[in-house]
Amino acid sequence: MSISVPVPVRGFFQRHPRLTRALEIVVLPFEAASKKAIFGCKMCGQCILHETGMTCPMGCPKTLRNGPCGGVRMDGRCEVLPDMMCVWVKAERRSRWLPWRGAILRIQPALDWSRKGSSAWINVLAGRHGKEAS
Amino acid sequence: MIRIPSVPVRFEDALRSGLPVVTCEIASGDGADPDEIVRRARLVRDHVDAVNVPDNTAGVVHMAAWSAAAILAREGIDPIMHVTCRDRNRLALQSDLLGAAALGVRNVLCLTGDHMVHGDHPNAKPVFDLDSLQLVELATVLRHGRYLSGREIKPAPDLFPGATENPFAPPYDFRPLRLQKKVEAGARFIQTQITFNVERFAAFMARVRDLGLDRTVPILAGVAPVRSARAARYMRERVPGMEVPDTVVRRMEQAGGERARREDEGIRICVEIIERLREVKGLAGLHLMPIHWEEAVAEIASRARLAPARAILAASAAATLREDGPAGARVEDRDGVLLNRQREQRA
Repeated sequence: MSISVPVPVRGFFQRHPRLTRALEIVVLPFEAASKKAIFGCKMCGQCILHETGMTCPMGCPKTLRNGPCGGVRMDGRCEVLPDMMCVWVKAERRSRWLPWRGAILRIQPALDWSRKGSSAWINVLAGRHGKEAS
Repeated sequence: MIRIPSVPVRFEDALRSGLPVVTCEIASGDGADPDEIVRRARLVRDHVDAVNVPDNTAGVVHMAAWSAAAILAREGIDPIMHVTCRDRNRLALQSDLLGAAALGVRNVLCLTGDHMVHGDHPNAKPVFDLDSLQLVELATVLRHGRYLSGREIKPAPDLFPGATENPFAPPYDFRPLRLQKKVEAGARFIQTQITFNVERFAAFMARVRDLGLDRTVPILAGVAPVRSARAARYMRERVPGMEVPDTVVRRMEQAGGERARREDEGIRICVEIIERLREVKGLAGLHLMPIHWEEAVAEIASRARLAPARAILAASAAATLREDGPAGARVEDRDGVLLNRQREQRA
C-alpha cells in the first residue's frame, strides 16, 4: 500500500510552490517533533512507516528499508548496537497486526537523499512521494 | 580424479544445466600480491564451478574484489565478485560493476555488507546508500542497458546478479519472504550463510518451496569446515548472524589440540552436514566457505564425492565433439549415482 493523494490536491500544491514551501515551514517542526518522539524519526523526507509495521527503518545503523541484514543476533538484537532490538525484528512482528500487512513485501526504491530534512507529509500532498525511479 | 577438459563452462550455464553445482569462497588478498590470489584459487579450482571473492570481509580492508576477480578471470576461473553497499554510493557501485564487466567479471553477489564496527576501521563513515536488494535491482537495470539515472549504456554489461540469504538469523519467518523480494528484484542465484543447524535450514527450505522459489532461482547452501574448537567458539560468540550448535563446539573440543586430529574432525563434521543437506529438497548445489583454509576443499570434495557441474558439462561437450569420447563417458559413469540422486530430489 503506498499513499496516494487525489490528483486535484497534488495539482494544487504543484501549481503553488511558494505556498507549499510556506506550509512546509509551519508543518515541519510539528511533524519532526511528533514523529521523533513516537517513532524515533530521522526525517528522511520519504516516510514509509506505515509499510514497515510502524517502525522507522532509518533507525537501522545500515538504514535498510527492504528487510533485515544477515547479522541479526540470535536474541533478535542489532549486530552494531547490541542494546537495541533489530528494527526489522520489530517491524516484522508489528506488521502482522496491520490490516495492510502485505505492504512490508513491497520493494522500496533507493532513498532520495536530497529530500532529507524535508516534510514527508507535504511531499505526499504535493505528489513528491515514492516517485523515485529505483 | 576427474580430468576437466578445457571447454569453458560459465557459472550461469552450470546452474542452468540442473546438475548440482559447487562454488567456493577464497580469502581475498591481504597485500598487493596477485600470486597469493592465484595460489589460493588453484587449491580449489578443480573442485568448483565458480570462485567467490569477498569484498572487505567483516569490514577489514583487503585487495579490491574487482581486481581479485579479474585476476581469477585471467586464470580461466569464473569469478563471483562480492559487492557490498558499505563502502560505496550508487555512483561508485555502478562504475565498479561496469569496470568489473569490462575485465571479464560478470557474476556479482550483491550484499549489504558487514558493518565496519567489527572491522579494522570502526571510525569510518558508513555509506549504505543502497541496500542489498536495491543493489540487485541496480545490477539488473545496468544489465538491461540503463544507468540508475535512466541514461542509456552502450554496450550494457552482461551481468549475472546473485544475492544471499541467512536462514539462521531472526526474524526467521521473514527470511524466505526476503528471499522472494530479492528474486523479484532480479537475483538469478542465491548463496546462503554457513549451515551448521541443518534442521533450521530444512525448515527455511520448506517455506522456500511453498513459495515456489526453488523452481525460479538456484539456491546454493553454504557450508564450511571448522578448524579448531577456538574457531567454532569464536564463530558462535563473536560473529553475528552465525548459528553454531553446541554439539559442533563439543565435538571440536573432544578432538583435542593436535592439529591433524582436530582438522580431520572439522572436515568430518562438514562432510556430515553436506550429506544431510543432500536430503533437503530444492537445493541446486553447495557453496563452500573454507575461511582461510582452502587446502581443506580437495579433501571435502573427495570425501563428500562433490564434483563441479562444469566437469560433466565440458566432458559431454567434448564427447560430442569427438565421436568416441572415452573421457566423457567415464566422467558420466563416475558421477552417475550422485547426479541421479540430486535429480530425484529436485523432481
